[in-house]
Amino acid sequence: MTLSQADRAAVEAAARQIRIDTVRMVHAAACGHPGGPIGMADFMATLFLRHMNLSPETLHRPDRDRFVLGNGHTCAGYYSILSQKGLIPRDELLTFRKLGSRLQGHPHRTPDMGIDFSTGSLGNSLSVSLGMALAAKSNGWDTRVYSASSDGESQEGQIWEAATAAAHYGASNLTVLVDFNNVQIDGHMRDVMDVRDLREKYEAFGWHALDVDGHDIDAIDAALVAAREETERPSALICHTLIGKGVSFMEDQPGWHGVAPGDEDARKALAELGIEGAELEAMMA
Amino acid sequence: MIATPELAPLFDGVEPRKAATRNAYGEALLELGASNPDVVVLDADLSGSTKTKAFGKAHPERFFNMGVAEANMIGVAAGLASQGKVAFASSFAMFATGKAFEQIRQSVCVPELNVKICATHAGLTVGEDGKSHQMLEDVTIMRVIPGMQVIVPADAVEARQAVLAAAEIPGPVYVRLSRASTPVVFSDDYRFEFGKAAMLREGGDLAIVAMGVTVAAALEAADTLSTMGIEARVLNMSTISPMDVGAIESAARDCGAILTAEEHQENGGLGDAVAQAVVRTHPVPMEMCGMNGSFGQSGTGDELLAHYGLDAAGLVARAQQLLKRKQA
Ligand SMILES: Cc1ncc(C[n+]2csc(CCOP(=O)(O)OP(=O)(O)O)c2C)c(N)n1
Ligand SMILES: [Mg+2]
Repeated sequence: MTLSQADRAAVEAAARQIRIDTVRMVHAAACGHPGGPIGMADFMATLFLRHMNLSPETLHRPDRDRFVLGNGHTCAGYYSILSQKGLIPRDELLTFRKLGSRLQGHPHRTPDMGIDFSTGSLGNSLSVSLGMALAAKSNGWDTRVYSASSDGESQEGQIWEAATAAAHYGASNLTVLVDFNNVQIDGHMRDVMDVRDLREKYEAFGWHALDVDGHDIDAIDAALVAAREETERPSALICHTLIGKGVSFMEDQPGWHGVAPGDEDARKALAELGIEGAELEAMMA
Repeated sequence: MIATPELAPLFDGVEPRKAATRNAYGEALLELGASNPDVVVLDADLSGSTKTKAFGKAHPERFFNMGVAEANMIGVAAGLASQGKVAFASSFAMFATGKAFEQIRQSVCVPELNVKICATHAGLTVGEDGKSHQMLEDVTIMRVIPGMQVIVPADAVEARQAVLAAAEIPGPVYVRLSRASTPVVFSDDYRFEFGKAAMLREGGDLAIVAMGVTVAAALEAADTLSTMGIEARVLNMSTISPMDVGAIESAARDCGAILTAEEHQENGGLGDAVAQAVVRTHPVPMEMCGMNGSFGQSGTGDELLAHYGLDAAGLVARAQQLLKRKQA
């Protein structure tokens, strides 16, 4: 099952916009985390455009889908996709990380922007997502709860407590998308703390778990459909990504986890993302 | 490629000197690594930020990066210490104490082990990462645990000595360190004494008792107050637990009014600790400059200190209020 050309183009455009916005926001803030959100752009765009029913119209509907960004440091991309969905004014994006901004360095629960939960401390997210999923089930709603997590966050023990409980309670309305880029702050996972095969781990914990190419929009979409169709178990989509995907000098570089590009690197990154000429000059002004 | 210098020089030669206390921690660990073969170091995927990385390079066989798993890190540190090691464990203050509080209490403090938790990125001055990372309750939750000894160095000079001292002091120690480069208060001949408050400025109108990055602000505030004819005593309360009650009592008797300053919640923090000592010895009017029950937010460290009234101007304003109460 593949997307129509028009649908795929829409998701690709949104993913590209996440990458551009991330570079601009982190550059303007002169601090923050560019690599993660750029690597997650394809699955975040697919999720928010094609699966989550979050929009200005559904924003205050109690039974709408929910989202928790477990790897909260990647929030530049989250703010970008929310702005693309009309939930954050575009011109607010560049206030990211500044005093008084709603766009905090890590997400703060803000119902008016559709930010469903505060995160930033790794390890807490899957438990919270499970709580949301159980609440929806107990209300008889067909709400789906999506949780983003990461290979780094998977090192926290609480993730596996939540995984045990989610399977025990058959939280089939819960889907976690794990950004598996093989990178954490101190380096590549193999050099710091290897989490090994996360699909096998989730499977062993009783989940419906799939390995997904995190840059193949058709594959991501198909996996999200499969998660939706699963009626017994929670789903874990292990999204294999490259940190910084699409910005050549950031790709697979742990150093770009949490360092802002300066003027020259921002310009290079935006150029690689297809921004040129007057548009590039305006962005860099 | 981004170069991540393992350990930048502590002072860059620019006057007045500024340095981050976490950098002093990295240097002290290298010294300890060379002098004490029992010292081991653990980190939780933040070794570049906490500055333990240089120790890891120098002594890979005594360095354990536990990944993003702080509770496990503290448990493993306790196990190492139970076998005679002196275990330094580091992460950001939020996660080192917050994620692992129960492990610190049960596995470190109950068995009275030589685990030295040196936590960086404490307080508001972590800056733009915002409230999830701005640990403002760590001193509270560490100092209430029986047997936990708590040190909050005022600057990089003191931080280096405090870390070296922590290796010698028997039992659990918590050292609170900062991310930001902050003013250096002490000259190199300063000698940190565990459990003793240092009087940095004499004065009889009020005493400002400060810890950590607010010590520099307290000295600046005292200078400003002096131009108004108000002489403030400034105490550096770098050991919060056990507290130097004698120094507090003298300050209360000599000055008749005490202002506390901390980049931390007043609740349970330095303000509360000093208030306990004051009411038990010589009650006088007190004001507290700290976080008054709110979380922080994103912003630069300096912006946030000013926003929450923890810079010199904020301290001066509160000192003036306090003096009105003293005179009333
Ligand atoms: C509990 C906790 N410990 C430590 C941190 C600091 N931290 C932020 S991101 C990160 C690395 C996480 O790895 P991952 O999410 O895989 O990062 P990425 O792939 O985006 O570089 C760490 C240790 C944190 N935010 N929370
Ligand atoms: Mg990762």
